[in-house]
Amino acid sequence: MARLSLRGIKKSFKAVDVLHGIDLEVNDRELIVFVGPSGCGKSTLLRLIAGLDPITEGEFWLNDRLMNQIAPSRRGIAMVFQSYALYPHMNVYENMAFGARLMGLDKAEVEARIAEAARMLRLEPLLERKPRELSGGQRQRVAIGRALVRKPQLLLLDEPLSNLDAALRSEVRLEIARLHREIGGTTIYVTHDQVEAMTLADRIVVINAGRIEQFGTPRELYETPANTFVANFIGSPRMAMLEVERQGERLVAPGIGEVAPDRLPQGTEKDILLGVRPDGMTLTPGADGTGFAASVVYTEYLGDSAFVYVSMAGGPPISVRCGPETHLSPDMPVRIHVLPGKAHYFSRSTGQRLAI
Amino acid sequence: MALGRDGLIQIILIGNSIVMLAPIIIMVMSAFKTNAQIFQSPFSLPDFTKVGNLVRVWTETDFIRYLMNSFIVTGSSIALILVLGTMAAYALARYEFRGANLILLFFLAGLTLPLKLAVIPLFIQMRDLGLLDTRFALIFIYVATGLPTTVFILTGFIRSLPNELEDAARMDGASEARIMWAIMLPLVRPAMVIAAIQNIVPIWNDFFFPLIFIQSNDLKTLPQGLTTFMGEFGTDWGVLFSGLTLSALPVIILYIALSRQFVNGMTAGAIK
Repeated sequence: MARLSLRGIKKSFKAVDVLHGIDLEVNDRELIVFVGPSGCGKSTLLRLIAGLDPITEGEFWLNDRLMNQIAPSRRGIAMVFQSYALYPHMNVYENMAFGARLMGLDKAEVEARIAEAARMLRLEPLLERKPRELSGGQRQRVAIGRALVRKPQLLLLDEPLSNLDAALRSEVRLEIARLHREIGGTTIYVTHDQVEAMTLADRIVVINAGRIEQFGTPRELYETPANTFVANFIGSPRMAMLEVERQGERLVAPGIGEVAPDRLPQGTEKDILLGVRPDGMTLTPGADGTGFAASVVYTEYLGDSAFVYVSMAGGPPISVRCGPETHLSPDMPVRIHVLPGKAHYFSRSTGQRLAI
Repeated sequence: MALGRDGLIQIILIGNSIVMLAPIIIMVMSAFKTNAQIFQSPFSLPDFTKVGNLVRVWTETDFIRYLMNSFIVTGSSIALILVLGTMAAYALARYEFRGANLILLFFLAGLTLPLKLAVIPLFIQMRDLGLLDTRFALIFIYVATGLPTTVFILTGFIRSLPNELEDAARMDGASEARIMWAIMLPLVRPAMVIAAIQNIVPIWNDFFFPLIFIQSNDLKTLPQGLTTFMGEFGTDWGVLFSGLTLSALPVIILYIALSRQFVNGMTAGAIK
């Protein structure tokens, strides 16, 4: 059981404000991912929840208990560190037993818990080894095992995949998803990788510059990004952004072209950012016709599809998802069209999403 | 150039080894010679079966007593230096508090102080404390001189250890004292060995402070005790060199025994 409630959490290191008021409600058994660019404050927030750093302002409630002044080990929280932080002079068994013994459990209970964690994580053959004799993936599993032995209500994972090679990552990702279901607690997972966030999370917290940009399910974030930051951050390749002017039913980009989308934003704002994901556009070869004028930069062939990168009036390249049969040479003129229901609108002044 | 850079470095290193080892070898060889032999043929190989000098060191001085005194003084000094130095270094390296840097600088300032210049004030201080002619006089001075280098070495080393280890132990519910004892101390051990050796050699060999502060024969340390053979009118060099050889032996053995600890990369595997 773990329900979290963060209320107006602020954190400053001396004169530097890192977090500017975080409000967050997390339900029991959720897998929450904090995602954001490096230095956005997501690891700091995790350390505040763990109790490793004091909260400057605001309240952190865990299951209706105020946690601000409670020592890390008494919060019922376990944490897996980015570097794993295994005790190098202890073997795997002792690494896991250290925390369990400090909880005041009796010997039989400590052994039972370690045996269970070792079984879940397939660590049985490694119990006698020292950390330096383990591979990266094995160390990772020991670090998780050490956390599980404490039977935490809340498990914190700080960029757990960043030290693994690419082949292991997807494997360990699945493992973590499985463990989360099996343990039946609440998990908070920090990453800067939006693919990890999308694939693992029940709900994602997008953090930028010490503020929450959006909190929602992966689908909500992808389909209705709250602002241009989330729109750019979630989804790969990135969403294309184009400055357009609303003229009646049409959206005009001066010197590039115009489109007449099926749905337009509410309100009367004229200066609009039009955002379209790569799969929300089609292109037709040739300089003439409707849509936006662009020229091909290069093509990425992926087998089942191809991403064509085009530039509008010399702007930054945007990607358009096309069929694999597409053959376009660089500098060819093309016309870009927006598919129905695929347009996102943002205010150019505030960057916030405009409702349709 | 047939030799090349590496060859040149090899020659320099070999030359350096000869320069460093020669006095020790001459000391050991002279330990088996008479006064006359030492002056007539200082570089000749002695007859290693002639152990008369060694016997005289054993029988004509309180060698065992001096050895014990040296052990007690050096041992307690090193123990105190390591305990105090490690705790100070851990606090300076890990806890943020006002004046931490000032305290570190204050320790480092100790490195620049030629303590022998302060011998008269020290003597007055020890006299007023009633510590003249006691082992405490020596131990206090050695601890004071040993702490700067120890704190310097250990602070740097502890700062290089990953912070997340302590965080992990904190999450596991370890108290600050237990973190220091069960997590940090085993990791800091290689640096403590370096600090220990760094301090053992000058303390063991020190002649100056015992000469100033110790009068009773019962409390004399080895280097001081061996001066029995350095008379006003004549010095029995052979016996003196035997004594020096015996006195250097424990330190050399210790050095060899601990040198393996240096290379013990304890942190390997702590972080990726």
